[in-house]
Amino acid sequence: MTEPPLLSVEDLEVRYRVTSGWFGGSDVHAVNGVSFSVAEGETIGIVGESGCGKTTLGQAILGLTDISAGAVKLRGTERDRARRTQIQIIFQDPQSSLDPRLPVWRLITEPLHIRGGYANKQLIDRASELAVSVGLRPEHVDRYPHEFSGGQRQRIAIARALAVEPALLVLDEPTSALDVSVQAQIVNLLLSLQAQRKLSYVLISHDVSLVRHVADRVAVMYLGQIVEEGPTLDVLDAPSHPYTRTLLDAVPRFDRPLASIAPRAGELPSNRTLPTGCFFRERCPSATAGCEQPQLLVAADGLRKVRCHLVTNVHGMGRPRSAPRPAFPSDATA
Amino acid sequence: MSEPSGDVLLEISDLSLVFRTSRGPIKALNGVSLNVRAGEIVGIVGESGCGKSVTMMAATRLLPKGSAHITAGGIRLFGNDPMKLSERELQHVRGKLVSTIFQEPMNALNPTRRIGEQIVEIIRRHQRLDAKAATSKAIGLLRDMLISEPERIMQAYPFELSGGMRQRVLIAMAFSCEPKLIIADEPTTALDVTVQALILSLIKHKAASTGTAVVFISHDMAVVSQLCDRLYVLYAGRVAEAGTTASVLAAPAHPYTRALIRCLPGLVAPKQPLEQILGTLPDLLDPPAGCLFKARCREADERCKAVPPLAAIGAARRAACWRRIEETQSA
Repeated sequence: MTEPPLLSVEDLEVRYRVTSGWFGGSDVHAVNGVSFSVAEGETIGIVGESGCGKTTLGQAILGLTDISAGAVKLRGTERDRARRTQIQIIFQDPQSSLDPRLPVWRLITEPLHIRGGYANKQLIDRASELAVSVGLRPEHVDRYPHEFSGGQRQRIAIARALAVEPALLVLDEPTSALDVSVQAQIVNLLLSLQAQRKLSYVLISHDVSLVRHVADRVAVMYLGQIVEEGPTLDVLDAPSHPYTRTLLDAVPRFDRPLASIAPRAGELPSNRTLPTGCFFRERCPSATAGCEQPQLLVAADGLRKVRCHLVTNVHGMGRPRSAPRPAFPSDATA
Repeated sequence: MSEPSGDVLLEISDLSLVFRTSRGPIKALNGVSLNVRAGEIVGIVGESGCGKSVTMMAATRLLPKGSAHITAGGIRLFGNDPMKLSERELQHVRGKLVSTIFQEPMNALNPTRRIGEQIVEIIRRHQRLDAKAATSKAIGLLRDMLISEPERIMQAYPFELSGGMRQRVLIAMAFSCEPKLIIADEPTTALDVTVQALILSLIKHKAASTGTAVVFISHDMAVVSQLCDRLYVLYAGRVAEAGTTASVLAAPAHPYTRALIRCLPGLVAPKQPLEQILGTLPDLLDPPAGCLFKARCREADERCKAVPPLAAIGAARRAACWRRIEETQSA
């Protein structure tokens, strides 16, 4: 028997009850049947636009939000209190995720403090050790968050996540609030920590080039579903699902002039009442007969899975895949 | 490509500006020079705190009077010094000649009034049109922004629209008085990439068809590369480099510009360390003497103790770096 993966998410559904409104409550369908797994030392990137459910997915993995259906398993067993420390999260904005009244050593060792049984001296020593491992200086642990820049604060948040020796970090837009020069520092830190500690990452981001750089596999989300999943370069360099193509065509790039106005560049449909059939049908440039049927995420080629009958040929209709193309000019010349 | 030859709409020369604070004066701008000619799209790029928004707010006199003080240099906006205009003249310049699109469309719209009323009000304040003509003009502008049911949107309140839709309404408003210059301050930063792509192409097409000049402020080099004819790279309140977009991206001259481009993921193989700019921005309460980038620069040497001028280093290219200036002179 093969060993169960480090993290497996199985048919996960998250619905929020919204109680305001004239006609009583309605449900927000944030995550609608998401399944994937993450191996030890692996990074999976979750990309999609705002409202696609990627942040809710991350919070459900942590247990920060209640699951409506499905399961999140760690090494094959459902996550419980004892295993909770195995998964930690890095938020987008280190300004609001650090308590301004606590010194850095307390912030970094807060998870250990909650666990209890440590003397302050031990905590300070551990904090200095962790601070050094994320590129801060040991003397920094006596200072307060406001004395640090955005990038340094994100390093503090990373040190805090590492305090309980987790196996997996959920990175929710870890560099989006930072300037590009600082983004590079944090990306390098995350890559080297992963190599040293065999960490697994679930990297949630709208930044396709960041995901391309860091992730081994990528899942593209649309309206709470994965529409395409597979090895990062396969998916991002030769996208199959029409939504993945729409998304990637919109990413600004040096080597490409501005696309002419996309005729159907609409917006995400409401997640209060889910559409029938394919969720992307209304915006899809290739929508045709068969798209009114619910779409399944099925294997397309190699390790890739796609939720589109036109690609996976479930209904006997195929279309040629677009040729792979380089994302940056340097790739073409290399 | 030579410098565009249209009329100069905005000329900023050697502008220095401080914000008085309780901790002392913050030297936000330390000698910014730039110009914008009729009909061109000019990008201003840089990281937070580099002075890109402050420069353009100073140009349109939108900075708070009490705290912001110009300490050197000057601004010519349509031939006038905006600091010397009367309130009435300023209103004319701001509405009729220049308009600004901000990052957060929700903050720029009045939440209690319908979209249509807000557009019509602006049109009628600056143009002699009756309510009916102004309304049909407003509908036409919304249609230009590819808004599918403009009549319905005219009746809507801002909260009923998505962020991308609101930003399109604001772009329609910015173009409504047929200004000569539009300042777009990170107009797509709060939006998703698919919406961003739409907004950028709307700005580009509308500006081209009306001959309006656009100053596009952004932290995103790739966005600027797709939209702008020329660009200025700002660092710590000073122009590091200026030139046509294609030439700057093909061969960035200033070490800061190079680092900004090279630290983007995608230029090295996946998982390889990205080039990083070491250190942090200088403290603008007490900026160091000489080149402001020297503490973070890999090429810095003795010469950098003196402030490098923004000097020509080729056709339509300028850079504030001693090394480049000397290379140009010896070539």
